[in-house]
Amino acid sequence: MANIMEGLKYTKEHEWVKIEGDTALEGLTDYAQSELSDIVMIEPPEVGRKVNAGEPVGTIEAVKAVSDLYAGLTGEIIEINEKVVSDPSIINKDPYGEGWLFKTKLDDPSQAETLLTPEQYKELIAKH
Amino acid sequence: MLKKTPFYEMHVKNNGRIVEFAGFLMPVQFEGIIPEHRTVRIDVGVFDVSHMGEIEILGKDRLKFVNYLTTNDASKLELNQIQYSTMLYPDTGIVDDLLVYNFKDRILLVVNAANTDKDYQWIINNKKYDIDIKNISDDIGQLAVQGPKAESVMQKVFDLDLSTLRYYWATEVKMQGIPVLLSRTGYTGEDGFEVYVDKKYAVQCWPMIFDAGAEYNIKPIGLGARDTLRFEMRYCLYGNDIDKTTNPLEAGLGWVVKFDKGDFIGRDKLLKIKEAGVKRKLVGFEVIGKGIPRPHQEIHAEDRKIGFVTSGTFSPSRNKGMGIGYVEKPHNKVGTRIKVIGKTPVDAEVIKGPFYKQGSRK
Repeated sequence: MANIMEGLKYTKEHEWVKIEGDTALEGLTDYAQSELSDIVMIEPPEVGRKVNAGEPVGTIEAVKAVSDLYAGLTGEIIEINEKVVSDPSIINKDPYGEGWLFKTKLDDPSQAETLLTPEQYKELIAKH
Repeated sequence: MLKKTPFYEMHVKNNGRIVEFAGFLMPVQFEGIIPEHRTVRIDVGVFDVSHMGEIEILGKDRLKFVNYLTTNDASKLELNQIQYSTMLYPDTGIVDDLLVYNFKDRILLVVNAANTDKDYQWIINNKKYDIDIKNISDDIGQLAVQGPKAESVMQKVFDLDLSTLRYYWATEVKMQGIPVLLSRTGYTGEDGFEVYVDKKYAVQCWPMIFDAGAEYNIKPIGLGARDTLRFEMRYCLYGNDIDKTTNPLEAGLGWVVKFDKGDFIGRDKLLKIKEAGVKRKLVGFEVIGKGIPRPHQEIHAEDRKIGFVTSGTFSPSRNKGMGIGYVEKPHNKVGTRIKVIGKTPVDAEVIKGPFYKQGSRK
């Protein structure tokens, strides 16, 4: 059973968002990393890029499949997890911790209210 | 109705991720494709390949018939010897790639799971001479034990001296009392064996192999790693690299086509293609920089399409994206720069031979 962390927001694209003031940390959910399995390459967005919520901003390559990486919220990318870029298997091992992907400076932190709660995300993956 | 192999319960117990494949419920992975891949390259792993099809050809003209049905020269087979081969349509498209086992009382054809029914029908439709055809696929369980430690493990299970069983040879033997067909075959590039066993005894074979293999770090391996292992050897996968739209010469399988053996289905047209020269070739290529080629992506050179990817993934042994695909001649030459057109186009270079060259295959 996939682990869903309390205190985070979730997207339909199986990413988690952690709000920290006017910034957000984003990553892949445990469900997503488990479905993809064996993540071997990631192409993250560039620092400084303006992104819109729900927009594809990069790719995640696993052995068997490639998946788009989406922005959870609107803002500017201010940091990329370089450790994960050089060793993407960290995402499989620790998706909610060391495996975070990028940090966004939010245009409007209240936009986070539009995302899924842990309960709603749990319902979403139960349908898969 | 999806079929279960005799080992299905074992896969569930081992936390295998079960998917549908060729009408069967099969484990695609256990601990992960990359760790399973490494288990087979370094130690030894066990694959459930019970989904493969087994078709027996019986009767006095069986060798003559199989020689007409397939492209390799079956008349060269000694008793208990095995041959890799292909079956063609008259237009030279490939019906299937297969193994031909020559036994004293029958020939056994081992075919791809997804093609079993199609192949059986094809063989019946082309029946000639004094032969019988039996599809025994539903009665047989099959395990592949593969890896550099495979012989050490299997030697503990069999009384027979396994160093005498050579690559692509088989024997009918008892496995701790159970009658099995044992062959030194596999599709991983590693040394290894395949065990064919009557479905009713099959499940007993699993613990025999795993008990013997415990000291060698033996593990169950899913279809995911089966694919990356064969991919690194550049072995063809039916449905990806070869199918009814490809011929064996362009696929690099000319070594299993013997024009001098007499007539076989597809010979006339294939000989014309050989004389005219093939227009495209299946090549292996290595990504320069980042990126992973994927099946069906276009291959470009000189700013135009010159081919397409048939297999592409991350090579665990090379630690990078590699691919297999058809390209127009002369872009098949080793060293040719090509572009693989994914979301972000990536540069690649045509390279020679298998992607992994250190295999323990004997």
